[in-house]
Formats: sequence, structure tokens, C-alpha cells
Amino acid sequence: MQNEATMATSKAALRADAGADVRADVRLALRKRRRPHETVIHGLLFLCGAVSILTTLGIAFGLVQESLSFFTRELWEDANKRLVVEVDAHAGTLQLSSGGLDLEPGAVIRIDDEKMRIVQMESEVLTVERGFQGTEAATHQAGTGLFVSDRVSLIEFFTGTKWNPQIGQFGIWPLVVSTLRTSTIAVLVAMPLGLSVAIYLSEYASSRARSILKPVLEVLSGIPTVVYGYFALMFMTQLLRSLLGADTVQIYNTASAGIVIGILILPLVSSMSEDALSAVPRSLREGAYAMGATKWETAVKVVVPAALSGIAAAFIVSISRAIGETMIVAIAAGAGPNFTLNPFNAAETMTGHIVRISGGDLSYDSIDYNSIFAIGLVLFLMTLGLNVVSQRIVRRFREVYE
Amino acid sequence: MTHSANPLSSNGKYAIEARDLSVYYSDFRAVKGVNLQIERQKISAIIGPSGCGKSTMLRAFNRMNELVPTAWAEGEVLFHGHNVYDPEVDPVQVRRLIGMVFQKPNPFPKSIYENVAWGARINGYKGSMDELVERSLRQAALWEEVKDKLDQSGYSLSGGQQQRLCIARTIAVRPEIILMDEPASALDPIATLKIEDLMRQLAEDYTIIVVTHNMQQAARVSDYTAFFNMDEDRAGYLVEHGPTNELFTKPKDPRTEDYITGRFG
Amino acid sequence: MAGRNSAHGLLVTSPDEDFADNLPGRHRTAKAWQIVLQASTVIGIVVLMALLLNIMDGAFGYAAVQNKVAPETLAVDGIALEDLPKEQLIEILQANVSAGLFRRFESEKPLAERSREEVYDLVVERVVEPEVVGTWPLFELLLHRADVLAEAAEAFPGAEVRFTSWINPQFAVSPQSANPEQAGVRTAILGSLWTIAITIGFAFPLGVGAAIYLEEYATDNRLNRIIQTNINNLAGVPSIIYGMLGLAVFVRLLGSLTSGQVFGLVDPTTANGRTILSAGLTLGLLILPLLIINAQEAIKAVPGSLRQASFGLGATRWQTIWHHVLPNAMPGILTGTILAMSRAIGETAPLVVVGASTFITVDPSGPFSKFTTLPIQIYQWTARPQDEFRNIAAAAILVLLALLLTLNATAVLLRNRYSRRRYS
Repeated sequence: MQNEATMATSKAALRADAGADVRADVRLALRKRRRPHETVIHGLLFLCGAVSILTTLGIAFGLVQESLSFFTRELWEDANKRLVVEVDAHAGTLQLSSGGLDLEPGAVIRIDDEKMRIVQMESEVLTVERGFQGTEAATHQAGTGLFVSDRVSLIEFFTGTKWNPQIGQFGIWPLVVSTLRTSTIAVLVAMPLGLSVAIYLSEYASSRARSILKPVLEVLSGIPTVVYGYFALMFMTQLLRSLLGADTVQIYNTASAGIVIGILILPLVSSMSEDALSAVPRSLREGAYAMGATKWETAVKVVVPAALSGIAAAFIVSISRAIGETMIVAIAAGAGPNFTLNPFNAAETMTGHIVRISGGDLSYDSIDYNSIFAIGLVLFLMTLGLNVVSQRIVRRFREVYE
Repeated sequence: MTHSANPLSSNGKYAIEARDLSVYYSDFRAVKGVNLQIERQKISAIIGPSGCGKSTMLRAFNRMNELVPTAWAEGEVLFHGHNVYDPEVDPVQVRRLIGMVFQKPNPFPKSIYENVAWGARINGYKGSMDELVERSLRQAALWEEVKDKLDQSGYSLSGGQQQRLCIARTIAVRPEIILMDEPASALDPIATLKIEDLMRQLAEDYTIIVVTHNMQQAARVSDYTAFFNMDEDRAGYLVEHGPTNELFTKPKDPRTEDYITGRFG
Repeated sequence: MAGRNSAHGLLVTSPDEDFADNLPGRHRTAKAWQIVLQASTVIGIVVLMALLLNIMDGAFGYAAVQNKVAPETLAVDGIALEDLPKEQLIEILQANVSAGLFRRFESEKPLAERSREEVYDLVVERVVEPEVVGTWPLFELLLHRADVLAEAAEAFPGAEVRFTSWINPQFAVSPQSANPEQAGVRTAILGSLWTIAITIGFAFPLGVGAAIYLEEYATDNRLNRIIQTNINNLAGVPSIIYGMLGLAVFVRLLGSLTSGQVFGLVDPTTANGRTILSAGLTLGLLILPLLIINAQEAIKAVPGSLRQASFGLGATRWQTIWHHVLPNAMPGILTGTILAMSRAIGETAPLVVVGASTFITVDPSGPFSKFTTLPIQIYQWTARPQDEFRNIAAAAILVLLALLLTLNATAVLLRNRYSRRRYS
């Protein structure tokens, strides 16, 4: 009996041992192993994804930095005043010739290499702070000219209506107005047409019609913008001129550019709208038909309202695309900023201006170089804002049906 | 206050009648040679195992099948003495007079008020819209629950309420017949009961044809029942049709009896 | 069906005074609007045709060509100019051009070493000097031929009027030239090809890598969501902004890298960063978001069951991706890449900003050369005032469209083969 018990115990012990061994083996086999190359690959792939962040940072950095240069850069405008009497390095007052620009206390002026700040003014006698901003006070001969600091202020940039770098005018409005005008014309062309095509494709078209239409739209969307530019100049402008008279329509004008941009974004509007319309569940249409509605009534009064946010998103994205379009306006809308409301006149847009300036001789750190970045920053913010809004709308739209 | 549906002109003994009707999807025959007469202002149920063409049959009455491009029909559906499938007949008008309530409630993404008013409006309703909306919602046993929130979205209601909303909008256009395709199958038992009560009330004014896979429901609710089955070619056909209590207690066809007693389906 | 009074009459309902009898009117409205819809769709087709016809109009037509020196006068012993042997052509050349110019030809490449065709071309270019004095576009020609000929005879009496196709094999292989008759798109095509090669080499691995990361590895945390939103936003940034990015970063900041200074391979004619490398990288960044989004869709379409089968056999994540997911998604990824390529080939604005050269005649020899591309060439020619430049712009457009058509046809073929294989 004792033997049996011992045997039983030892057997149990043996079994326990064996079990422990097996378990240990299994544990060893199942243990997590280190796979360094998996981690490396994971890291590399993450870097690939992060490149996109670098791109955005690069865009932001580049645009902002150069824009800052633009706004902080010193421009000097000839005040058309001269020193009447020679001054030495210690004189606190200057006597100037009459005429020229009006000066104000607080303004910064420059004579030769020395900057001064005007403290007080009495007719043509200025009391000044010498050696301003670290420049060295020096002697200046009579007859030397005076320059006034003419930095581009944000206010001037955003409210000025003339863009004329030679005389220091940097108001962005001519460019913005022209951009908005071409984009408005483009959207006026593309939205009705694109929406009609989308309704037709999603509610009416037979598969044969669809098999013709969809490739046509795909081809239209694949044509490079420079080809559209050629088309705008060589065909659309001629067409407008023959329809409305060569006196009303200039050779370079924003109307033909706008119309052709509309054709460019038509496939975009139509495909986004069609997606939105197709996403409307079939049961909604059936509900309407079952109440004795015609196909048109169902499409327009039930399906389109149900797809409204998707269509609104299409609308906003198309505006953004039209605003950013460059080559069509560069070729057909004209060179030279022009603040006008007449669509048949030439007027350069923001993008057209950037392309024209950078296509010529451009030295780094010139005011022209900086200015295109300032315009580019405005452009970037406009399109970014529009895109973010449209994404919000699409997200809200998806919530309704899911 | 009940308001009659269109006072029926007395052409035809039945509300609607299928004569030798077959429905095809391209080459596939989904429903075969059906002869079915539907009594006026009664509830007729269509039952049968799944896939036997009950929904197709139902949709054949108001030409809803045609929304599928490959669907076509042979035979006749007689409504007011005319064949609904006659090329000269306007399907839009057919659907106005023969309304439909679907399996899954499908209110429009509009306000509750608009849901009910829309159909009447496009059909040129000349009277007071407010009155029509209230009347329809009362008839659908929904008025008390929504009268204070008529401008809220139709989606804000529960499943059962949405289904009653769909019923309200259907009766707002004053059909003669209401087709119901498994109207309660997506609803919980309490909502189902409400729908069944509603059906009985509606039968006082409208002819109701309901498809259901739930035999007990058919037995509870309907006055007449039609039993459909499927043959080897997957075509549905009418096996037997008659007053409900007769069909369920003394079925004439052995296949009917097999189905009712649960031997198949 | 619709709108016939008999239809209404057939289905007489008992009078329901509350409902107006508006059905025929509704059908009429529906029909009218349907026509409007159909017209809108037709407009799309019409515009496309107008575009193509407009280009053909420019690329073909009549040209009145006037020779400064009539070739007949250069015939020697009764043998016409085009049949003369090389030595005699050289003699004619020497006799008719200035000594300085002749010396320059000799120093560029000795005339004796040039082929007969090359010498003949020189003779034609420098001695005969054909000049296009007038052009008429194709449709004006087709419709008003007699008027065109009369006008030509009157305005350009000494000129020969002949049908020209501005697009011809010569066009494709000639380099740039200030003279529209001689100008060709060779430099531009080579520039485009070199640039695209760099673009794809840069963007493809990066884009596919990012897509794999986002679809297979990324958890749903804040950083990854930012990355995804960021990519979606980048896809909507106007292309010219990318050009400015390229200018500020690749041309200026990394100028020593992109100009080849670091490698000692600088192009002698320009020691700055406006090189093919900068252009290629800029375009690469531009199409990167598109590539990523496309590749993501392709990877998303791979059925989960495939991954599960692989994991079920004990494969690691990367093994699953490399051996199963990627091969399955590759046709979709390739299609997307080809479409991104065709987008990049057609881009003009960013490259103008980065600094495409306005006039180069030398073929690009490597990534550090100055560059011009086909769309930029088209832009520059279109912007010139002379009519003949519009003609060759149209011809260049045809070349570009042909190139894009081939690319897209390949993509469509790939897509079809891919979907066929899935269901076989």
C-alpha cells in the first residue's frame, strides 16, 4: 500500500515534471521573438507617411518666410526733397526744400546711409533723431536727396487696389478680383452643366449612354491645362469676339478664360455630384414613385435634396480648383494686374501673376521674388480654407446615412 | 372622422384582379400564370415560403417591378376594367391610385409635415394642406405622437413610428388600394401589433393587400389569404386562395396544408 | 407611357375634386427638363470635339513659303540642289555664307565629318532660307480654298503655297529653334522624359510605402489621423504652390545638391539649382498625395480573407504584405501610378516657377542639366505673337496628347485585364 502510494506520488511527480517540461517547451516555442527587420520596415514605412507632413511644413515654411521678408523689407521712396543746408553728424535739425512728399512725425527717413526718425516738424524744418536703427550718424552734403520708408504694410497689401512694383504699390485687390471673377464665371458654367450631367447619369441614362458619356468626361478631365489655355485663346476668344463684337471683347480677357476653366472643372463637379446622388438609397426613390411621382419629380424633389451636402461639397471643391488654376489664365486672361469689373477686359489673376513673374529673370531676394510668395500665401490659405470646409460637409453628409 | 377613399365607380366586382399574370426578369420567370381576385375593402394576405415571388407579385399590381430595367410582364392586371399594363396606361397614375408601404420604413429626409404633404402637393392637392396632414396622421394613428413636432425630421421617429408615417403619406394621396410588403417585419412585436390594428382600421376605407412571411400574422389580420409556392424552376405560382379561416382550417390543397402545418417553408 | 391624354382618359377615376387634374402638365414639365438634361450632356461631347478640331485647325493648313535664294539658282551643271553630292554642297555653303559663320560651323563639327543630310540641311537653312510669310488654318482652307489662294497670290507673289502639316517626323526630332519652321520638340520631349523618370523614381516608392503604412500598420491614433487628413488636404493644393515649394526648397535651399555641385557634375552653362532634378522632385511631391490615395484604395480592396489566410499560417505582417497584399493590389497601384504620371507630364505651372529654361537647344544629358518640357514648350510658343508659333504649338499639343493617350490606354488595358483576372 505504501508502495502504491509512493508509486502514485512519484508517478504524479513524474507527470508533473513531464508536464512542466512540455509546458516549458511550449512556452519556449510560443515565446515572442524579436524580429528586428520587421521593426525597421515599420519605421521606414512610417517615414514614408511622414514625408507628407514634411511637405506641408515645407510649403508653410517657404511661403511664410518669404512673405515675412516681403512685409519687413525696407523700401525707400524718393521724397523729392533735398537738404538745403549741409548737416554734420551732430545736428539735430534738418532744413529741407519745399514740395515733394508730405512727411509726418514718427516717420523714418534716410539720407545717404543714415536713417533718422522725425521727432517734430515745422514747415520745412525737421527735428530728427540721428543714427536711427543702428546706422551711423554722418555728415551730409547740401543737395542730398531724402528717402522715406515705404514698407509694404499689411493694410496696403489687403486694401490697395493697385499693383505696381515700380512705384511701390502693392495692393493685392486687382489680382484677387480677377481671380474671383474667373472662378465665378467658371463655376457658373460648371455647376449647372455638371449637375445636369450628374442627374442624367444617375437617374436617366441607359448603360449605353453611360458607356459613352463617362469616357468622354474622363478624357475631358485628363487634358492638360496648357492645352485648354491654347483652346481658350484660339477658339473661345475668337468665338466671343465674333458673337459680341471685337470692340467689346479684348484679345486677352477673363471671360474666355473663365468659361474654359468651367469646362476644365466640369468633370470634377459631375463625378462628385454623381457619387452623392448614387449614395442616396434606392428605397427613397421607390417611396416617391409609389406615391405617383414622375421620374423628374423624384429626381429633383427627393434625390437631389437628399444628396445636397455632397453636391455642396462638389461646389466648394470646384471653386477651390478654379481659384488655383494657372495656365489657362496665364495664356488667355492677360498680363498685367488690372482692377476692373468688366469680364471682357484683360486682367491678370493671382496665379497668372506668379507664373509671369517667375518665368522672367528673377533674382532671389528682390522685391518681386518676395511678392510672389506673399500672393502664394494668400492663394494657399484660400484654397486650404475651402478644402477644409468641403471635407467637413462631406463628413456630415456621411453621418446622415450611416 | 373617416373620410372615404375615392368613391369607387362600380366597374368591376373586384378591387383589382390578376389574369394569367406572369412576371419575368429577362429570361427568368419569377411569377407564373397567376389568376387572383382581390375583394374590395378587405385585407388580403399573400403568404408562402421565401423566394416564391410574393413581393414580385405584389409589385406587379402597381407596376413597381418596372423600376428594374430587365423586368417585364405577361398577362393582365385589371383595375377599373382596364389592364394596368396596357401601353396607353400611365404608370404614374397607377401608382397614385395603388399605393405601397415597404418592408423597411423609408421616410423622406424632410420634416414629418413635409413627408405627408409632399405626395399630395405634387399631385395638385387643392384643399387645406394642414387639414390633410392632420387627417392622414390621425388615420395612421400617429397624430397624437407627433402633433407637437411636425417640423422635426422624419428620421427622428422610432422604426414603428416611421412606418406609420409612411402609411400616412400613402393615404394622403387618396389611393384605392394599399399594397404592403411585409410592413412589420422590421419592427418589434409591440410596433407590429400597432401596425396590425392600423391595418384593420384602414380596411374600412381602403383595399389592403399585404405580403407576409408570418402565417400567424396573416391569420390574425386578413380576411382573404392567397398561398403561393415555388416550382422546380423557381417560378412562383398561386396554389390556393380563399377566405382566411377556411384556408387555415380546411385547406383544399395538400401543399397548402403542408405549409400551414409547418412541414416545409 | 407619358403625357398622352388618352392615358389619362383610360384610367378614369371617380371625380376627386380635391386633387387638381395636373398629370399631363407634370409629364410635360418632366419631358422638357429631361431634354435640358440631355442637352447638357451633349455639350460635354461638343466641347471635346471643338477642342480637338481647334487643335487640328492649327496643326495643319497652308503655308506660303518664300525662299530668299531660289534653290534652282544653286543647281550645278543642271543637277538640282537636292541631288548634289556633299563636296559641292560644302562649296555652295562656303560661297554663300559669311566667313565667320563658316568657321563656326567648322569648329562645332567639321563639315567633312557631317553627313550629307546634315550639310544639305545647313544649306537649306542658311542659303535658301525658306521663310514662312503667311499661314492659313485648316478649316479656313477647307471652306474657302479659292479665297486663300487668291489672297496668297496677292500678298506674297514670290511665295510657294503648299499644304503643311506642322506635325511631321521632322518636328519630333528637331531641337528648339528661334525659327518656327525649323523648331522641333526633341529637347522638350527628352526633358519631359527625364523629368518624369525622376518623378516616378522618387514618388512611387515613397507613395506606396506611405500607403502601406497607412493601411496596414497605422493604428487609429492622433498622429496617423493627422497624416491622413494632411494627405487629403495636400491633394487639393494648387499645383503652382508646389512650384513655389520647389523653388524655395529644391532650387534655393538645396541648390548645391540639385545643381550637382556636391557631386562635381555641374552643368557648365548654369550653376544653379534649376535642373531636371529639382523639376522631377517638385513634380514628385505634387503627385505624391494622389499616388498615396490611389494606392490606399487598391490596398483597401484586397479582401481581408487573404490576409487572414496568411496570418493563419504564421506569417509576419511584412511577409503578408510583401507576398500577398502587394501582388494583389499591384495592378490597381500601377493603374493609379500611370494616371498620376499622365497628370505630371501635363503639368506646366510648377515647372515654370521652378525655372524651366526659356530657350535651350541642347539635349539634356542628365539630372543636373537645364531643362524644358513639352507643356512648357507649348506655353511659350502659344504666348508668342507670330502666327506660325501657334501652328507649331498646335503640333506640339498633338504630340503631347498622343503621349497621354498611349499612357492612359495602357492604364485602361491594365485595369481591364486586372478585373478580368479577378473574376476568372
